[in-house]
Amino acid sequence: MERSRLIRTMESILGPEGVIHEREQLRTYECDGLMNYRVIPDLVVLPESAEQVQKVVRVCHEEGIPFVARGSGTGLSGGALPVEKGILIVLSRMRRILEVDLENERVVVEPGVINLWVTQAVSDEGYFYAPDPSSQLVSSIGGNCSENSGGVHCLKYGFTTNHVTGAEVVLPDGEMVHLGGGKAPDEPGYDLLGAFVGSEGTLGIATKITLRVVRQPEAIRTLIAAFEDTEKAGGAVSGIIGSGCVPAGIEMMDSLCLEAVEAAVHPNYPECGALLLVELDGPEAEVESQFEQVKRICEENGSSEIRVARDDEERALFWKGRKAAFAAMGRISNDYYVQDGVIPRTELPEVLKKISDLSSEYGLRVANVFHAGDGNLHPLVLYDGEEQAGRAEELAGEIIRVCLEHGGSLSGEHGIGEDKKKYMPEMFTAEDLDVMQLLRCAFDPHHLCNPGKVFPTPRLCGERPGPFRMHPLQEAGLAEMF
Amino acid sequence: MQTRDLSLEQLQNVVGGEHAREATRQDAVDGVVPSFVARPGSVEEISELMRLASGAGAAVVPRGAGTKMHLGNPPHRAEVIVDMTRMDRVLEHAAADQVLRVQAGVKLDELQEELAASKQMLAIDPPEHGATIGGVVAANASGPLRLRYGTIRDLIIGIRVVLSDGTVAKAGGKVVKNVAGYDLSKLFTGSLGTLGVIAEANFRLHPIPEVARTVTVAVEDAGGAAGAARAVARSQIVPSAVELLWDGDRREISVLLESIPGGIGAKVETARFLLRPFGEVREEEGRVLPEMEPAEVELKVNAPPAELSGVIESVTGAAERRGLWVSLRGHAASGVTFAAVSGGGEEDISDLIAELREIRSRRGGSVVLTRATVGLKRRAEVWGYAGDAFELMRRVKEKFDPPGTMSPGRFVGGI
Ligand SMILES: Cc1cc2nc3c(=O)[nH]c(=O)nc-3n(C[C@H](O)[C@H](O)[C@H](O)COP(=O)(O)OP(=O)(O)OC[C@H]3O[C@@H](n4cnc5c(N)ncnc54)[C@H](O)[C@@H]3O)c2cc1C
Ligand SMILES: Cc1cc2nc3c(=O)[nH]c(=O)nc-3n(C[C@H](O)[C@H](O)[C@H](O)COP(=O)(O)OP(=O)(O)OC[C@H]3O[C@@H](n4cnc5c(N)ncnc54)[C@H](O)[C@@H]3O)c2cc1C
Repeated sequence: MERSRLIRTMESILGPEGVIHEREQLRTYECDGLMNYRVIPDLVVLPESAEQVQKVVRVCHEEGIPFVARGSGTGLSGGALPVEKGILIVLSRMRRILEVDLENERVVVEPGVINLWVTQAVSDEGYFYAPDPSSQLVSSIGGNCSENSGGVHCLKYGFTTNHVTGAEVVLPDGEMVHLGGGKAPDEPGYDLLGAFVGSEGTLGIATKITLRVVRQPEAIRTLIAAFEDTEKAGGAVSGIIGSGCVPAGIEMMDSLCLEAVEAAVHPNYPECGALLLVELDGPEAEVESQFEQVKRICEENGSSEIRVARDDEERALFWKGRKAAFAAMGRISNDYYVQDGVIPRTELPEVLKKISDLSSEYGLRVANVFHAGDGNLHPLVLYDGEEQAGRAEELAGEIIRVCLEHGGSLSGEHGIGEDKKKYMPEMFTAEDLDVMQLLRCAFDPHHLCNPGKVFPTPRLCGERPGPFRMHPLQEAGLAEMF
Repeated sequence: MQTRDLSLEQLQNVVGGEHAREATRQDAVDGVVPSFVARPGSVEEISELMRLASGAGAAVVPRGAGTKMHLGNPPHRAEVIVDMTRMDRVLEHAAADQVLRVQAGVKLDELQEELAASKQMLAIDPPEHGATIGGVVAANASGPLRLRYGTIRDLIIGIRVVLSDGTVAKAGGKVVKNVAGYDLSKLFTGSLGTLGVIAEANFRLHPIPEVARTVTVAVEDAGGAAGAARAVARSQIVPSAVELLWDGDRREISVLLESIPGGIGAKVETARFLLRPFGEVREEEGRVLPEMEPAEVELKVNAPPAELSGVIESVTGAAERRGLWVSLRGHAASGVTFAAVSGGGEEDISDLIAELREIRSRRGGSVVLTRATVGLKRRAEVWGYAGDAFELMRRVKEKFDPPGTMSPGRFVGGI
């Protein structure tokens, strides 16, 4: 369809204020939280209802126009990066909390609702929404759902996928379906909801999401423990987990990270080579006794100083440093590249050592701040300006390879998106990826929904998996693979 | 679609002479007697078997220990049973990382015993004994512990499957946190052998709680059961399970409490206090939850947890009106109630199911006929309405298993 006609069509669906088509305005949406990649979309639309989303997607389906959903655009893997000649569907106007049903411990929301609002809506009644990405102040439930976002409390409470119980989804052909039982468990049929969560916007657009909320714990206890180095701190982590308690969170920061954090938010952490932040929650008596045990384990592993949060205020201060860690890097470096790898927890000392070797080899500093409890590393590769950018990315890539060598994964929470699809063949075989594509083809046979993300070079639908060969249509130059 | 293209000898060439045999009546799946049973010993052998079978147009039904082969519609066809019990190895138990990689034929009970040596468990407790991990995953089986730990789909972190054309693929991995690629482990969980054979699976593990007590209250009526369940589930004592027993005059809610020695006392005290308004409370050492007795006809009623009293009343009421007798067990705070139905003929029971499904369709949820005679299954439909995503499910099935080799007809809508 001609662009001007497309604009008119979209305006007839969304009204003029729901369509952005001026080049300068479109620029606002050229990237998500990962600024390495930029693409200006053809059009941006801002639907206010599921029906509008459906109508927009129908037009895309009929006209063969690729589309990308966007929540708050805080993604760190380029998942919401627009595609050229495509439409960006921004869901931030769909921000209503539709239902709070504490009898069933469920909340039903529109996709643009901000993560923290869910907790705010139920906290007076003694509930909270457990998955708490550090971006919880800004990221949307739709985005969380698509990325299967994690957070510091996920070690104990599980990830987004464990808390989404139902979703209304507009499929890439404009049909609307309901996945999962919502308030009732064990809906008969395939667990398409389980497959949808974490699919990075490639299977459809969520227009309504049902979330499980959890009773606030009776007691919360938080401490920070200082160690000489990350190895000793890692030993304490293994000790805590091995003791049989499941903390609400265990976070680690290394000295470089602490330096930045101190400069940025002055949490007044003890001076040390590595800091652990441990939080326990649950019934009072349980927490008390396990907390004593955690303190003992930290001491046994050589902690030089342990501070226990005396009140909510101090607890917030402990966390403030951790939550500000990414942003704080600006204090010690012009640019940085956030990596997001996962390793089995026991490989921590070895992997951290290899990262430090790589850092010397590349002559670039790497700061470490991570979810130590579940082995999710966030090495921050610090660099300066364009000319170092390539090397920084290379180093980050080497770090990912180290994670894979040690039995880990490419991504723990930020997703594959545009950024990491090239590494997918290092974790998965061609057959593995082909079988994932079968799911994609069932949802989106024409590859219109967030094309080009997650998978390196998906085959066309209709092809059977097998040893890789180029599709005849592609060979003949008749069809393109996204 | 004829099996004459497939001979016992061919199967034996793949798995070895002693591991493939002619099927007997005992191998029948809902009355459909297969031709052969083959017991593969490796992923490669499963792959070879699948290529052979789908090449010959033969339908394949995977089987674990066979404890849940009664679940699902009668299959349209079933020529080869792929019996997974030879693949019973624990491939990796990284105790310090609390993760596990096993072959699908591992028996859950034996696995739990082995894990207990490291004070760990796979936090899943289907009451059935002898079930294999592959069967538990394929049937999406869970038990009382789902309240605290979620179901098997919440614990699975990786999977290796074999599709009908022999393709072997994995998804996920062996780390607890992982978002690389599509989560096919969830797609295969509960797929009842209709998408492919599950060869291996990886799980996250949990520490075994040090002590357990059960606090039970005898309730008066359905409202009391619901009130008691809600009171404990919404408290801060974090019960591991809240179970219903509704069997003639025995009407109880049992609460499983687990903790460390220093924490259990306070939990028990709070539970007693919260349950007292609903009836007489008793307390027992350890885990003493109502067990499921096998019955000829079993229903599984899934409803929003807050509707427990409605579920009890509608099921018992609808049964009474038809002169049927029901006994209920269930995961009271999770919204799952099992009904064992006896007395009456197929017509009465299918009538009962229709009535319950009508209520569920208005209030949300589902009624599944989990165990029944073939006649009743044909009359009442095992799964009920599969929702507006059914067409999408059909497309998923078509993509993963285009020739329709895997357990044809068993799943929702005859998938
Ligand atoms: C400072 C900072 C800290 C962060 N910390 C964490 C953290 O601790 N844990 C963590 O997991 N992540 C973290 N992130 C990453 C990011 O916040 C999450 O990935 C978040 O879930 C993205 O939400 P969003 O609304 O911004 O989504 P977007 O970036 O807009 O989109 C993300 C993906 O979701 C898709 N999408 C969005 N809405 C929908 C919808 N309704 N239907 C279908 N697809 C949709 C998009 O197409 C895209 O692929 C952090 C980011 C920043 C900037
Ligand atoms: C008295 C009683 C009470 C019960 N109570 C409960 C309960 O409260 N809650 C509950 O959830 N369950 C309950 N169950 C069910 C029990 O948990 C199941 O028996 C178990 O989950 C199935 O495991 P299995 O190895 O016996 O599987 P099987 O019966 O051998 O197989 C089950 C299904 O999975 C398929 N399958 C098996 N292995 C594979 C594989 N490797 N790959 C692909 N597909 C495969 C089969 O084709 C079949 O469709 C109960 C059972 C009984 C008898």
